[in-house]
Amino acid sequence: MDIELVSPSDWAKHQIKAVQDYAVVGARAIGNVFSGPRYFADMMQQADLIGVGSLPIVVLTGFFTGGALAQNSGVTLQRFGSLNLIGQLVSLGMVRELGPVITGLMVAGRNASGMASELGSMIVTEQIDAMRALGTDPMKKLVTPRVVSTVFMLFFLTIISDAFGIFGGGVASALFFGVNMHQYWSSAWQILQSQDVIMGLLKPLFFGFIISSIGCYYGMSARGGTQGVGRATTQAVVASSILIITVDFFITRVSMTIFGG
Amino acid sequence: MVAPPIIAEQIAEIKSDRVVTVDFEDVSICFGEQQVLDRISFRLERGATKAILGVAGSGKSTILKLALGLMRPDSGRIVVLGEDVTAMTEDQLFELRRRVGIVFQESALFDSLTVRDNVAFRLIEEGKTSEEEIEERVREALSFVELEHTMDLYPSELSGGMRRRVAIARTIITHPEVLLYDSPTGGLDPVTSNTIIEMVVKQRDVYKVSSLLVTHRLQDAFTMATHYFDRAENKMKPLPPHARTEVPFSFLILRDGRVIFDGDLKELRETRDEYIREYIS
Repeated sequence: MDIELVSPSDWAKHQIKAVQDYAVVGARAIGNVFSGPRYFADMMQQADLIGVGSLPIVVLTGFFTGGALAQNSGVTLQRFGSLNLIGQLVSLGMVRELGPVITGLMVAGRNASGMASELGSMIVTEQIDAMRALGTDPMKKLVTPRVVSTVFMLFFLTIISDAFGIFGGGVASALFFGVNMHQYWSSAWQILQSQDVIMGLLKPLFFGFIISSIGCYYGMSARGGTQGVGRATTQAVVASSILIITVDFFITRVSMTIFGG
Repeated sequence: MVAPPIIAEQIAEIKSDRVVTVDFEDVSICFGEQQVLDRISFRLERGATKAILGVAGSGKSTILKLALGLMRPDSGRIVVLGEDVTAMTEDQLFELRRRVGIVFQESALFDSLTVRDNVAFRLIEEGKTSEEEIEERVREALSFVELEHTMDLYPSELSGGMRRRVAIARTIITHPEVLLYDSPTGGLDPVTSNTIIEMVVKQRDVYKVSSLLVTHRLQDAFTMATHYFDRAENKMKPLPPHARTEVPFSFLILRDGRVIFDGDLKELRETRDEYIREYIS
């Protein structure tokens, strides 16, 4: 295999160009929401694919993450005789942090890769060029519906993940620590304040945009046949996962600054 | 030998009318460090067909993508149907592309749509045509390529030749004034290739469509230069030898990104250029 050496300036130029191209894809995806034509049928199809299709993995990961969180924190809380706080801990952890991030990562693994491979295949088989030649803007027909549907569906998937996470925490608490379910639910519910919910539900809006725009960007920039499509798919999952975790850090910081603690 | 009157009449009808539909002026484009097209110029008259020939990588397909505005040249001017495509925005190009059709090298059919939805794609997207009319026009376009029975099949269920014919049907459904064919017979057997060339000749002779045809197969270009479409018998027939320069068909040969020949069959046969003589031998 030939290894091509690239000068640092060429590498930097390439990276800046990639960021610029991604910004254009993202900006056009948002801009197209406000201009016609709008492809509602495509949006519904994508919403079904992303939302309903991701439901089983989101339910399962939410449930078991909540359960694992309860087990880990239960041991520590038991030591201090504060097992009654387990519901609060699981609830806050799931709603503010784990629910949005785990759901984002799951949907990124499933859908950013799907978008990159689907659009990448369309690029290498000239279907995107054919679409343009037939008078249809692929950004409006393919990218915008995916972005809108992912943002919309990830919001609701996160709520479901949070609920199943708290439920999973409750089941684990009852099974392993003998915590009363009624007591668990009331403490989990009462601790939640509006700022926790806002922070937790603000994140999927950003994550949904990251997943879909990154997936579409890598798909639309795929080059070099099937190997290029494979590379685009991997890059989409890696980039969206890293961005989700990075952006999560900043949203958390900004939210805590605004709302406090 | 003089052509029978009916043939002479048909040939007279299929002549181009000197109005330029595609005009390339000093067009250049580079991909990275590689100069793909270097100041190329040519014209395509209304009703005429021009075969673009050259070795692989000589920029033949790039010419078609430039003509449709799918790529932008680094320099030069391209005028299609009176519109300067090099100065148009993507939204303006969508309107122009209604009048210009392209058949891609590998068909580029949408693999998640049926043949019917592929052929009807533009009409469905425009949303101005009733369901009944769409159905009728899809049948009409598919009957032109003799594939009416494939309406409900997916592209993966078709052979390579059938996919190419469906791509032609998808392109002609809106009756474009200019057709661009990118290696429509590439990788096909001689019989299927001939069927496709017959369709291209029919578009030229019956519907007076101006065409640019990229091909690797020299015999396809010669077939088009030496045949005409007989409407009475509904099939392609050879032209009488003296009438072979009468059909509006010409050759454009590229080498190293430059045009080295632009002329009709007679001029091609008389050329003294060693490279061209070797190429066509």
